[in-house]
Amino acid sequence: MATLQTRSAARLMMSPAVLLLFAWMIVPLAMTLYFSFLRYNLLMPGMEEWAGTLNYHYFLTDPAFGTALLNTLLLVGGVLLITLAGGTLLALLLDQPFFGQGIVRLLVIAPFFVMPTVSALVWKNMLMHPVYGIFAWIARSLGLQPVDWLNNLPLFSVTMIVAWQWLPFATLILLTALQSLDEEQKEAAEMDGAGPISRFVYIVLPHLARAMTVVVLIETIFLLSVFAEILVTTNGGPGNESTNITYLVYAQALLQFDVGGASAGGIVAVILANLVAIFLIRLIGKNLEA
Amino acid sequence: MARAISTRRKLTFTAIGWLVGFVIFFPILWTVITSFKTEGEAIASPPHFLFFDWTLDSYAEVQSRSNYLKHVMNSVIISFGSTFIALLIAIPAAWAMAFSPTKRTKDILMWMLSTKMLPPVGVLVPIYLLYRDWGLLDTRLGLVIVLTMINLPIIVWMLYTYFKEIPGEILEASRMDGASLAKEIIYVLTPMAVPGIASTLLLNIILAWNEAFWTLNLTAANAAPLTAFIASYSSPEGLFWAKLSAASTLAIAPILILGWFSQRQLVRGLTFGAVK
Amino acid sequence: MGSITLEKVSKSFGTTKVIPQIDLDIADGEFVVFVGPSGCGKSTLLRIIAGLEDATDGTIRIDGADATREAPAKRGLSMVFQSYALYPHMSVYGNIAFPLKMAGEAKATIDDKVRGAAKVLNLTDYLDRKPRQLSGGQRQRVAIGRAIVRQPKAFLFDEPLSNLDAALRVNMRLEISELHHQLKTTMIYVTHDQVEAMTMADKIVVLNAGRIEQVGSPLELYRNPKNLFVAGFIGSPKMNLISGAAAAKENAATIGVRPEHIGLSKTEGPWQGKVTVVEHLGADTFVHADVDGVGPVTARAPGEFPVKHGEQVFLTPEAGKIYRFGDNGAAL
Ligand SMILES: Nc1ncnc2c1ncn2[C@@H]1O[C@H](COP(=O)(O)OP(=O)(O)OP(=O)(O)O)[C@@H](O)[C@H]1O
Ligand SMILES: [Mg+2]
Repeated sequence: MATLQTRSAARLMMSPAVLLLFAWMIVPLAMTLYFSFLRYNLLMPGMEEWAGTLNYHYFLTDPAFGTALLNTLLLVGGVLLITLAGGTLLALLLDQPFFGQGIVRLLVIAPFFVMPTVSALVWKNMLMHPVYGIFAWIARSLGLQPVDWLNNLPLFSVTMIVAWQWLPFATLILLTALQSLDEEQKEAAEMDGAGPISRFVYIVLPHLARAMTVVVLIETIFLLSVFAEILVTTNGGPGNESTNITYLVYAQALLQFDVGGASAGGIVAVILANLVAIFLIRLIGKNLEA
Repeated sequence: MARAISTRRKLTFTAIGWLVGFVIFFPILWTVITSFKTEGEAIASPPHFLFFDWTLDSYAEVQSRSNYLKHVMNSVIISFGSTFIALLIAIPAAWAMAFSPTKRTKDILMWMLSTKMLPPVGVLVPIYLLYRDWGLLDTRLGLVIVLTMINLPIIVWMLYTYFKEIPGEILEASRMDGASLAKEIIYVLTPMAVPGIASTLLLNIILAWNEAFWTLNLTAANAAPLTAFIASYSSPEGLFWAKLSAASTLAIAPILILGWFSQRQLVRGLTFGAVK
Repeated sequence: MGSITLEKVSKSFGTTKVIPQIDLDIADGEFVVFVGPSGCGKSTLLRIIAGLEDATDGTIRIDGADATREAPAKRGLSMVFQSYALYPHMSVYGNIAFPLKMAGEAKATIDDKVRGAAKVLNLTDYLDRKPRQLSGGQRQRVAIGRAIVRQPKAFLFDEPLSNLDAALRVNMRLEISELHHQLKTTMIYVTHDQVEAMTMADKIVVLNAGRIEQVGSPLELYRNPKNLFVAGFIGSPKMNLISGAAAAKENAATIGVRPEHIGLSKTEGPWQGKVTVVEHLGADTFVHADVDGVGPVTARAPGEFPVKHGEQVFLTPEAGKIYRFGDNGAAL
């Protein structure tokens, strides 16, 4: 399927997508990089000047950066932990035959389709509100002191909200992987005398390993950029307690109008994301050949 | 595997399954229930689960208080518009990659994927400034452009994996039959790929509908889609839970239904074909 | 209307040369069959003629005009693919009408032609069905119908019968031959089945590793194979190829005798051997024997020949039907 004509047609048809994406990626990225070396604040127009690596210096030595980096890692790690463990259990559960399985499956995946601002606000108000929230009511019914989730445990609360949103994703992917497991392989193991636990450890888990890797990598990409959930619940606070890198850059750019500093932060975020992206791209690329 | 499963086991799992499903779904269910309450009822303690005066007042007020329908329209235009434009750009590209691959095709695909991994804050500042200078801030057009670009890689990838499953001989047959390239794509490829194109469309409408970084940062009152509109309920003085719930219910219901239809494609699309 | 000429055509995929260089003349109205083992480049050559693949070098002429750079649609050729390549979303009618629609013919003309073709191919009752609701043979006929409505200069077939079962294959073989007699259009037919080649072709082109080994009518190839490869490829069961002392006696590196040119006897003959396998086909009997000083030999006896495994037989190669080949494999 390759004549000169089809090949040149192919090049022609690919070019809009390639050129647009290239422009979309390269132009702004180059601008960010350029800005990151400028002293540039929107409140002081016309005062732009070369700043060298000063912005990086400020951004990286700002105590807020350390906090934000740690928060980012805790948020990503926490959500991954919850969604992987919970997703595996849920996938195993949904793989069992029971009455109304299809409906339960729909209920379980539903949170993924809820827009981030809605889920964050619903959790913030109706579940986590220290007076009127359902959690407070449950605590009081059990004779406990209600927790002021977003003020006392802001990062943990955000982690819970985000984990709730991503649990369905992990579940769906692990369930899909589980269902592609060869039934005969399990039966063969059973014939060989493996009990349910060793079957899970030696047959099911290795089979899920690949899907888990995919879940980890893809969720990481998205979780590094969690934003709306923080914006509408805690605004990064109290203090910086729930500020992640994405939110920090946003605040620097659109709240303090510090273009130079925000750009430096943006570049740092890009580098962090690339560390993950390299692994993901390798994995998917390998799959492309298979 | 035709093995009898004991009824007891099945009943146990039924109980566990429904309980777990209920807990996970509860926040959504609670939102829907609250949307039928009055504001006073909504913050009643202990909470009223089913026995209260069901009312549609909140729905009416959501519209009268702020032009809710405008934001719905914004969401519709932005998500459908960006998806359709991206499809128009992506179908020819995916055709080329699937049916006329070269040595570089794989690299281009991987590169497209890598643009998806660029964190949005990396380009927030320049995009914001460019949009400000070009008058695209708080416009639907501006958002359509952004969402087209950020979803283009996923669309190309999904289409590519679907097109790969179509035998190339059929396209060659149409070429022998005298179809030009445009006709080959319109009359032969597209109809054969309808299921794949439809699920791509569906998934991307969902993603665009729920996108909440650019919509929050690039819009204000005018072009705000539902994601950004609902964020306005976060102000501390806005303890209007019933209205928040009504607005939320309307915002998530259509996409929830679409999402339920597209669960399979979701896995494939979001993992770039790595898990099918 | 329908002569095709290949001049010095070659093809490489990247660095692998699949077709070193080929010259070939196909006259108008001829039924030409490309045969050769799997992977020898038959499909590639056909696709180059069709325009689905560029020749790396060389010229393709259709009716004398240079068509090397023409798009497939412009060459006026029709192709029937091995997988049939029917459009799954169109009815049988839509499939057959497609090339006419692409040519921009009027609705009424299209209708006439489609119904005409359907009648010839016994598809009238199936016009509204989708391809997946048809049997293999019917799909094959739709693919042929789609090819003939355009009234092409030539038909190209790439192993069109290989997906059919044996009985249907014989039927379709006859139908295609009949179609050729009716239409008198040039046909190029690719197969690796030498029976199809022998029965259908006006002219056979034997390919091996991208090279033409010999071109000629079926009987020419049968009678005068130019080399060992053609000798071994044409004819069934295969020609016995014998080297060593028996060949040296004939002043050749290798000699060949077709099984049907070996007389069988239980009592006398120049070659004596032990029967290893006997195949009774009814009309013929194939006897495989291990001949002393010669090696394994297959002989074909008309009708029944009563021997059993392990018995002694005597074989007599027919005088004047012994082919002699030199060291390089060429016929002497
Ligand atoms: N697109 C391609 N890229 C690289 N090599 C190719 C390509 N197409 C075919 N080949 C190689 O060219 C050679 C000839 O292939 P071709 O399909 O023409 O064989 P064929 O004679 O039709 O075989 P068969 O009887 O199995 O169909 C083979 O060795 C094949 O591996
Ligand atoms: Mg072939």
